[in-house]
This record gives sequence, C-alpha cells and structure tokens, in this order.
Amino acid sequence: MGKAIVITSGKGGVGKTTAAANIGTGLAQIGKKVCLVDADIGLRNLDVVMGLENRIVYDLIDVVEGYCRVRQAMIKDKRFDTLYLLPAAQTREKDAVNPDQMGKLITELKQDFDYVIIDCPAGIEQGFKNATSGADMAIVVTTPEVSAVRDADRIVGLLEAQELYDPYLVINRLRPDMVRKGDMMNTEDMIDILAIRLLGVVPDDESIIVSTNRGEPAVLDKRSQSGQAFRNIVRRLEGVEVPFMHLENNSMVQRFMRLIGIGGKS
Amino acid sequence: MLEWLARLLGSGDHSKDSKDMAKERLRLVLVQDRALLSPGLLEKLKEDIVEVLSKYMEIDEQSLEVNLDSSDESVALVANIPVKSVKRRI
Repeated sequence: MGKAIVITSGKGGVGKTTAAANIGTGLAQIGKKVCLVDADIGLRNLDVVMGLENRIVYDLIDVVEGYCRVRQAMIKDKRFDTLYLLPAAQTREKDAVNPDQMGKLITELKQDFDYVIIDCPAGIEQGFKNATSGADMAIVVTTPEVSAVRDADRIVGLLEAQELYDPYLVINRLRPDMVRKGDMMNTEDMIDILAIRLLGVVPDDESIIVSTNRGEPAVLDKRSQSGQAFRNIVRRLEGVEVPFMHLENNSMVQRFMRLIGIGGKS
Repeated sequence: MLEWLARLLGSGDHSKDSKDMAKERLRLVLVQDRALLSPGLLEKLKEDIVEVLSKYMEIDEQSLEVNLDSSDESVALVANIPVKSVKRRI
C-alpha cells in the first residue's frame, strides 16, 4: 500500500504542477513506483510539463465515469518504466467528479504504486476538495510573497478541516540575491509565520523554464540548482536527513561590502 | 561618500528592509484571516471571558461585545463588557 501526497497552494502560479512533476519524477528516478494524478479538471497541464501531452487517449473523468479502466487511462513515462501519469480531462468541469469518487480512485492507485502524487488546482472550491480527498499527506507550495504566504496559511487551515494534519512546506522561487539585500522574506521568516515543517527550498532558476519548454523535469538535470533542490526534497520524503542548501548565507566578502555600505541595505 | 560614512556609523537611513514590511503585514493580516477561519472562535472566547470575570463580578452577558479591530499598524481585541455589580470581597 503506497502513500498519496497532494500538492497544493491556494494561490495559482506558485509552481504546484512543476513541483508535482519534479517530485514524482525524482521518486521514480530512485526506483519508486509513482503515479502522477492531474486533478486540475478543465485546466490540465501536468501532461505538458512531463512532455507526455501527445499520448493521452483517456482521462481521469473517463475512468470515474466507467468508460475505461484506470490502467487504460494511465500514460507510461518516456524515461522511467515505474512512472505513470493519469491526466485530467480538458473539456470537462470540476464538478464532473466528486470527492467520494476521487477518494476511491486514489485508494485503488495506492494498491499498485509506492507514491500517488496529486496535483491540486488553485483555489479552495470543489477542485481542492476533490484533490485532497484520498490523500494521506499534503505538501503546501508557496513563494516568498505576501499573497502566496497568506493563501498558504489559509490552505493549512482548510487541510486540517479535511483531516490532513501537519503538512510539509516547499518554498519555491527563492531569490538568494534579494534575500541577502533584505528585499525578500527568507526561509526563517516564512516558517516563523506559517509554523509548519519545511520540506525544501527551491531557488528561482532559469533552468526550470528551459526544462518546462522541453517537457523534461529539472530534477533530471544534474547541473540545475532547482533540480538539486527537488532531488533533496525527494530524499527527505524517503526519510533521509539532507541538509538544506546554502542559498541565503552571506559570504565574508558580502558581509564586509555591506559593512562599508556597498551592496544592499543594512 | 557621505552616505556610506553615515551607514558605517550606524546613523542615516533607518528605513526597514522591505522583507520586514512583508513579514509584518502578513502577521497582521493572518491574525484576521485565522480568526475568520473559525467563526465559533469568538463565541468560545466570549464564554471563557464570562467564566473568568464572573468570579469577580456579575456581567450582563446579553450585551457583551467582543471583536477584533484592526488599524493600519495593529490588531486589537476590543471587548465591551457591561458590569451589573461587583462582588463584595470576603
């Protein structure tokens, strides 16, 4: 029996789908059996981020409505034999499936996979309830902005209402240069405010855009810093203690420059 | 030149880092958000206040008002508690 993890955020555009693709691919990379589930009915995107958009025949709603078996709708990844994607329907609405049906589907998938990674839609309505139903744990993604952290806090409360306690936090798109200047909240600030456990910090990285262009998750790119951050996240999910990357620390030179008033506010 | 001398001496520009402003604003807005999240919370708080104060005085529970008020810089718990009578000390 595997574990179902929902990736959520409340606010749109903070990198839920990117996180789902990278965490799922990263887990497959270390040999785990993984099924990625796109729960964003009507706005499907996990397929393009994974580079699997041309292989879709059936989707999640077809499975729920009984037009096909779940095995027929799952798409096998190009790179890993143990990685599958269950795509969302693109031309249907969020209420085409209900939390009960989703719960059953996820339970069924957990029989065959080590991890079921659910990509949650933005918002707190039906789509959120669908995506969280059947999940065993949650990962909340935020960026170092007031609006995203506020929504993350709300999501933590709503997850509790769904009996998903003690979620993990992933801070995405951190810019170390701005943190050093005091122009972006640092990891400590956000943990302090949200009071939840940290799973990882992903630096803002151009390679994410390049890898999304190609449909190749950055976690596969050995040289990518964000890829490294996702590889660390995957190992932490597996229970390995991995030290956090030094993204925010000041070097001696920078501290000296600041002391004499060059480069950044005090 | 003068600017960095001023900074070196610790005077001059005392404006907050923008991240501190972000954190402060978040802290305030979350006080309200979290209170709004559970509507039963204020009711529970009222009951507890009545329980504690009743040890010392008789309170008009019907006209008790408890609210979270926010201004630009802070959030305050404002309670208006009409007292009917104060107990005699024994």
